[in-house]
Amino acid sequence: MQSPLPFFPDEASNFAPKVDAVFMFVLLTCLFFAVLVTLVAIYAAFKYRRTSPGQVGSALEGNLLLEIGWTVIPLLIAMVMFAWGAVVYVNFRTAPTDTLDIYVVGKQWMWKLQQPNGKREINELHVPLNRNIKLILGSEDVIHNFYVPAFRVKMDVVPGRYNTLWFRPTKLGKYHFFCSQYCGTNHAVMGGWVTVMDPAEYAAWLSNEAGDVNPASAGEKLFTQLACVTCHLGNGTGRAPSLNGVYGAKVLLADGTTVTADDAYLRESILQPKAKIVAGYQPVMPTFQGLVTEEQILNLTAYIKSLQSQPVPAKGAGVAPASTGKK
Amino acid sequence: MSAVTKTNTGPALQLPEKTYLNSTYGIRSWLLTTDHKRIALLYLISVTFFFFIGGFFAMMIRLHLLTPSGYLLSADTYNRMFTMHGVTMIFFFLIPSIPAILGNFLIPLMIGAKDLAFPKINLLSWYIYIIGGSFTLYSMITGGLDTGWTFYTPLSTVYSNSAVAPAVVGVFITGFSSILTGLNFLVTVHTMRAPGMTWFRLPLFVWAHYATSVVMILGTPVIAITLGLAAMERVFGLGFFNPAMGGDPILFQHLFWFYSHPAVYIMILPAMGVISELIPTFARKKLFGYHFVAAASLAIAVIGFLVWTHHMFLTGQSTYSAVAFSFLTFLVAIPSAIKTFNWTATLFGGSISFDTPMLYAFGFLGLFLVGGLTGLFLGCLGIDMHVHDTYFVVAHFHYIMVGGAVMGYLGGLHFWWPKITGRMYPEWIARIAALVLFVGFNLTFFPQFVLGYLGMPRRYHVYPPEFQVYNVMSTAGASILAIGYLLPMVYLTWAAFYGKVAGNNPWPATGLEWTTQSPPLTENFEVTPVVTWEAYDFHNRPELGLDVPGHTGSPTVAPAHGDD
Amino acid sequence: MHRTGALYGQFETLEQQKETASLGMWIFLVTEVMFFGGIMLAYTINRHTYFHAFAMGSKTLSLGLGGTNTAVLIASSFTMAMGVWSAQTGKKKLLPMFLSLTILLGFIFFGIKYVEYAQKFHHHLVPGRNFDITYCIDNPNKCEDIDAKDLAQERHEIEEAMAADPDLNAHAQLYYSAYFGMTGLHALHMVIGAGLLFWLLAGSLQGRFTPEWNTPVDIVGLYWHFVDIVWIYLFPLLYLIDRHK
Repeated sequence: MQSPLPFFPDEASNFAPKVDAVFMFVLLTCLFFAVLVTLVAIYAAFKYRRTSPGQVGSALEGNLLLEIGWTVIPLLIAMVMFAWGAVVYVNFRTAPTDTLDIYVVGKQWMWKLQQPNGKREINELHVPLNRNIKLILGSEDVIHNFYVPAFRVKMDVVPGRYNTLWFRPTKLGKYHFFCSQYCGTNHAVMGGWVTVMDPAEYAAWLSNEAGDVNPASAGEKLFTQLACVTCHLGNGTGRAPSLNGVYGAKVLLADGTTVTADDAYLRESILQPKAKIVAGYQPVMPTFQGLVTEEQILNLTAYIKSLQSQPVPAKGAGVAPASTGKK
Repeated sequence: MSAVTKTNTGPALQLPEKTYLNSTYGIRSWLLTTDHKRIALLYLISVTFFFFIGGFFAMMIRLHLLTPSGYLLSADTYNRMFTMHGVTMIFFFLIPSIPAILGNFLIPLMIGAKDLAFPKINLLSWYIYIIGGSFTLYSMITGGLDTGWTFYTPLSTVYSNSAVAPAVVGVFITGFSSILTGLNFLVTVHTMRAPGMTWFRLPLFVWAHYATSVVMILGTPVIAITLGLAAMERVFGLGFFNPAMGGDPILFQHLFWFYSHPAVYIMILPAMGVISELIPTFARKKLFGYHFVAAASLAIAVIGFLVWTHHMFLTGQSTYSAVAFSFLTFLVAIPSAIKTFNWTATLFGGSISFDTPMLYAFGFLGLFLVGGLTGLFLGCLGIDMHVHDTYFVVAHFHYIMVGGAVMGYLGGLHFWWPKITGRMYPEWIARIAALVLFVGFNLTFFPQFVLGYLGMPRRYHVYPPEFQVYNVMSTAGASILAIGYLLPMVYLTWAAFYGKVAGNNPWPATGLEWTTQSPPLTENFEVTPVVTWEAYDFHNRPELGLDVPGHTGSPTVAPAHGDD
Repeated sequence: MHRTGALYGQFETLEQQKETASLGMWIFLVTEVMFFGGIMLAYTINRHTYFHAFAMGSKTLSLGLGGTNTAVLIASSFTMAMGVWSAQTGKKKLLPMFLSLTILLGFIFFGIKYVEYAQKFHHHLVPGRNFDITYCIDNPNKCEDIDAKDLAQERHEIEEAMAADPDLNAHAQLYYSAYFGMTGLHALHMVIGAGLLFWLLAGSLQGRFTPEWNTPVDIVGLYWHFVDIVWIYLFPLLYLIDRHK
């Protein structure tokens, strides 16, 4: 995506050049015929334009040879297009046996991925260069679709069954992946990044279990893992108030009272969300009682505290309008 | 009107004294009419109403997509807008438009009959359309539907929090309007043709509607039962399409697409029928390859039932099935290609004028060419694996639906406006509107092909910033397109009351409908016509008042005009 | 459009009018085939996938009641055909008689259907909140209409089926969804048919139908025969297949 007017995504998998090749063939063939027919029509329009009000055309009715010709020739060309495309597709649908298998679960509206050694990722996929990768796709709710434009591959993720998708990354870098089957409200944000790494780096990354000890970072991971992020959008457009700048600020509740968002308030909001509802929001937050340990609550609180310095959105903040909100 | 098409320069014409418009007065005479022409006008008003609604949603979509983060609408609202845009445009505009308006008005006139076979059922089909439309409007008013017009399960039946049931019921009901219209047309063409109007003298507009009607009656009941099952599932919790209960979401897709693919042929065949009337009329010669075009219409209808799984290439189904359906999909393209070549060949040896309907016909040719050819890309498995469910698909079907079907619809409306209203539309503003439409359309939808190949998925309320340039181009085009649509709304309405009186046959054209007064009598013909001429035969119709060379029907090439 | 006697204004001859009405009804019946076809396809696919549950479902239907209904409908098609013949041969007294017989047989069908549906409600076999295929074998005192021998056999069959398909209840619910969907749709069509028959009866008592013009009798006859044929497909599909394994 370098030039201001790009036409092609990166070619970053074994399929990309194959798909691009059949595309170019079909494109050039269609372009040729489209231009041909257009020029012929324009030519005829000018050559046979009416020159007097009462003029009529000739009695020409048809020509069998022409009809056969322009039936058979397009048919043959169509068959070539069909066959070439089918070959690429069958290749795509027939995974080799030596694949590195990664499990992918799609749910509204996030992706959970699990590497072969059990390491988990959310909305991120790390893969080694030049290995055959197979994704095993499952859905927890509705139909989704895992799509990597730079790889030219996609596959539906259907509840009640497993689908598979394979590719071999051929270029280092970070590439978008998208959900490509409409799945509800946040279909458009249900994506992430595929990172193609050097095999040695991938191996190192894979075996790095330690992760971060920093509570705020642990909290940030939890915030995504527990799907808090799907409702508490930072820009205030989500189903739940933005948490930017909320720690320590005054919050306006639905019953008209205000309360200070301290540690206790945050803890209560996680365990008994219906106790205090922020004004202008629905009581739809599920409780995490029994789902989080005290340590995890501490980590989440630390993370929310770290959002103090984030820009507070004009609309959709948990911060009460009357207060200055910033600390 | 341009000088080359005027054939009589006598005193100003008067409207006929008695027409179908003034034969009876009062709102009851319209709402309880069984006259196919009045029913066509009832449809014109209601279909235009839904077109505006669908168009409004389209403008909201394009405005919202000007920016990658989408500040205009919330995610839920945007999702409802694109869903309602699809539902409204497909079921309440595209499917009824040409058949229920132009087909209803013209088919009896074209075959020499006094009305359709079942006039009361015709009226009933309009009321069913209104009732179905009301349910869908109710769904919009109570918050709208956000499942996409394709209603995929289990999103629509279990997870969606929107007004699914009323919308599904609305579409279900409207399907019966379609079925009854198709039934009416089929029977009419079989049993009500005037003496001498043999099958191969029928205008191709009638052939096209015959083929369309076959699709309507075979396909629409399947979407009816599918939506019925989906509604049952939503309301009563049955489990056919819900994996949690042992059901299969892919079964829904098969049942849904079994109709919805042929449905696209319901939308395009009538438009092709219009083009098959326009080109011979404005080239003043017979359509090249009449029999082949008639056969191609039927072939499209039949083969169109065999390709539905091409919407499901990436659902994880059997590779064999995908290959088979890709093959069939390429086959269905061939009859459309045959028609396109025949239309183009008709121009050769013609005497071509560039009145507005002909401009729409040329526009159709170009845009349908792009739309149809890009269908090949999608039918090609090796390309679809990349562009399925991206803006490439959106661009493809808009080229066909808007560039094809709507151009055909507008071209037909302009061409037959003098027959329907007795008055001519203003030519120069109409030509400008046609050009504005053409430019606006291409600017709106061509960038979407690029967006699709770059990987922008469809139905996205926000998108990565690198896609913005093309989105802005597309929105700019959409505003031009909107102007192109508003202009005809205004001047056609004006022309209906204040346009220049047109006379029986202003073009002149060869169809039976042009042998009666404009507007026609309620019973169409005072005396049942007896047909002795072939379709589009300009050489054996002295009453048209044209300069015909000495030949009487022998199919040799006679140069009818001077040199280049 | 004005009518000149029996001829509608858009037609030239009575012959054309009759041919048109007939063709119209045939085409309508084609749409009905596609309509029922959709749900029959869904049923058939699920029957194949959930073989055990669907076989179990079939076993819970009463062959006696279903068989009787089949005979009733076939008889009604016969009386309907006799009615059409009466109209065509001008037997003005016989026509109302045959129409009444057809209506009566139709109502017998409804009655038997009602008994079957009531049974299903009673036995917790209606898809929805309390669907439970094991309800009767778990609560024999609640299902007195099944005798002990049949109940024992049902228990045996359910246990066998559950061993083969642990999700038997969910899949059996699919069977019953199809059962109610298909028979309900069919019954709805029969109600409409009965309505049309009443309308014909009224007309026949006024002597409206003659050998020259009896089109309504003819086309309602076509419709009634079609509804009968649908049942002839439904009966084996729902009641008979895999009944005894």
